[in-house]
Amino acid sequence: MTTFILITVTGLGLAGLYFLLASGLSLIFGLMHVLNLAHGALFGLGGYTAWLVMDRLSVVHDPGLRFVIALLVAAAVGFGAGGVMERALIRRLYGRLVDQVLLTVGLGLALVALFGGLWGYDPLVLDQPRWFGEVTHVLGARIPNSRLLILLVALASFGGLLLFLDRTRHGLVIRAGVENPNMVRALGIDVERSFTLVFAVGGMLAAIGGTLGAVFFNGISPALGTNQLVFAFIVVVIGGMGSVAGTALGALLVALTQQYVNFYAATGLGDVAVVFLLALVLMIRPQGLLGKVAP
Amino acid sequence: MTMSMTLPDPSEPLLVYEDLNVWRGEAHVLHGVSFTVPTGRVTALLGRNGVGKTTTLLATLGLLPAGGRVSFAGTDLIGLPTHMIARLGIGYVPEDREVFSGLTVEENLRLAERQGEKPRYHLVFELFPDLALRRRQTAGTLSGGQQQMLSLARALLNPNRLLLIDEPTKGLAPIVVENLIEALSKAVGETTVVLVEQNLGVAAEVAEQAVVLDEGRVVFSGPMRQLVADSDLAGRLLGVSIR
Repeated sequence: MTTFILITVTGLGLAGLYFLLASGLSLIFGLMHVLNLAHGALFGLGGYTAWLVMDRLSVVHDPGLRFVIALLVAAAVGFGAGGVMERALIRRLYGRLVDQVLLTVGLGLALVALFGGLWGYDPLVLDQPRWFGEVTHVLGARIPNSRLLILLVALASFGGLLLFLDRTRHGLVIRAGVENPNMVRALGIDVERSFTLVFAVGGMLAAIGGTLGAVFFNGISPALGTNQLVFAFIVVVIGGMGSVAGTALGALLVALTQQYVNFYAATGLGDVAVVFLLALVLMIRPQGLLGKVAP
Repeated sequence: MTMSMTLPDPSEPLLVYEDLNVWRGEAHVLHGVSFTVPTGRVTALLGRNGVGKTTTLLATLGLLPAGGRVSFAGTDLIGLPTHMIARLGIGYVPEDREVFSGLTVEENLRLAERQGEKPRYHLVFELFPDLALRRRQTAGTLSGGQQQMLSLARALLNPNRLLLIDEPTKGLAPIVVENLIEALSKAVGETTVVLVEQNLGVAAEVAEQAVVLDEGRVVFSGPMRQLVADSDLAGRLLGVSIR
């Protein structure tokens, strides 16, 4: 039973990482119909930013406080990078799917090469507060605090994103824009500004995910984000494009399936099981579990 | 330096189309369309299916690329982004309502609020009391008639100078059409309207001017009563008989 709880909590932590990476992808595709294949690089950017802060900000002695600063700086860098990516590159290619794919694949590869050139291809281990390595007893299971922290930050991000979409005018514009951007324009709203904001928020969430991913995977390497991108896309398709709640549900299903199958069946089979899960959802509900059928 | 705002002269047309050409993909849909829309009047844009009525409205709003000239109160609309065109004071009621089905009635209306303008909630809730009762209801769960009310309410929420209304009665039951036309007539007042309508009876009831399109060209432009009075002309242009 304690093993089951440990695996479940680890799966929930992984689900949190998938959610952070996939929610931006889902909103970007839902609103702009852009498949951003460079999104994984923003996850990596967040991880490296956090590593730099933890490594260089020696003026802050308390590692816990330094980690909080690292998380905030990574979030800000991800926000800026996502916004710049949309303004400088993607904006010119709306409606040109093939060009978008070529550009974002190229950008993703270039950023991975840049990270490798700057910091090498071996994983860099993030300096972590001692508390992360300690354990908390949950129903008899010894759960590493880092897993609980990842879960908490992912839940807070989910809640924050829902509040943003539900309670702000920007959120209202984004939700409407996912349904019908032309009608939003016809109401006098500059929906292109929301495009930039969605890219920026998506970049921020991915960078937060990268910071936590560096803790979860015990280090950050150039292709870490790009490797996770495949699962993030599966999460988005299972959950339904453009649905934040669907993304959260998809992340839970994918991560828990991976963890349980890897442990109870055979290591490595988890990824195969996820592909079967994807096929099953596509057969039963092609628009995703909480997605809407395109008009 | 002082700035003065010139009010439109009611004797001048509010909207002028000159040699409007629109392509949708490979198809040349509008071939040099020219007509004027008088200020403060309802102009019906009529014609058989597929002659370019909706295309004219979409091109006016910048939702389709167009050549030629569309002038609204002296401002050339061609090349302007859609949101800027709408902010000039143009409200749009699309053919298939296009309410945001995942948002509530209240959210649909809140989205239509424009910065610097006082939203006219009292007006829309007076015209469509059903919407006031259903503020929290998701728009996708409303009936067709209620969705049409919401679509009209969105356009009427701001004091627009021009309303582009595309087939408001399409697919609605006769009793709903009657209520809708009554509300529309009340709401429009002095506002200039371009109304696309398949139902000639409805168009004749509310419009003073008529423009008939055929194969992307203007084949009639004049008083509605002239069109209605000449059943041969109406039959030839619209394929309907008028009793």
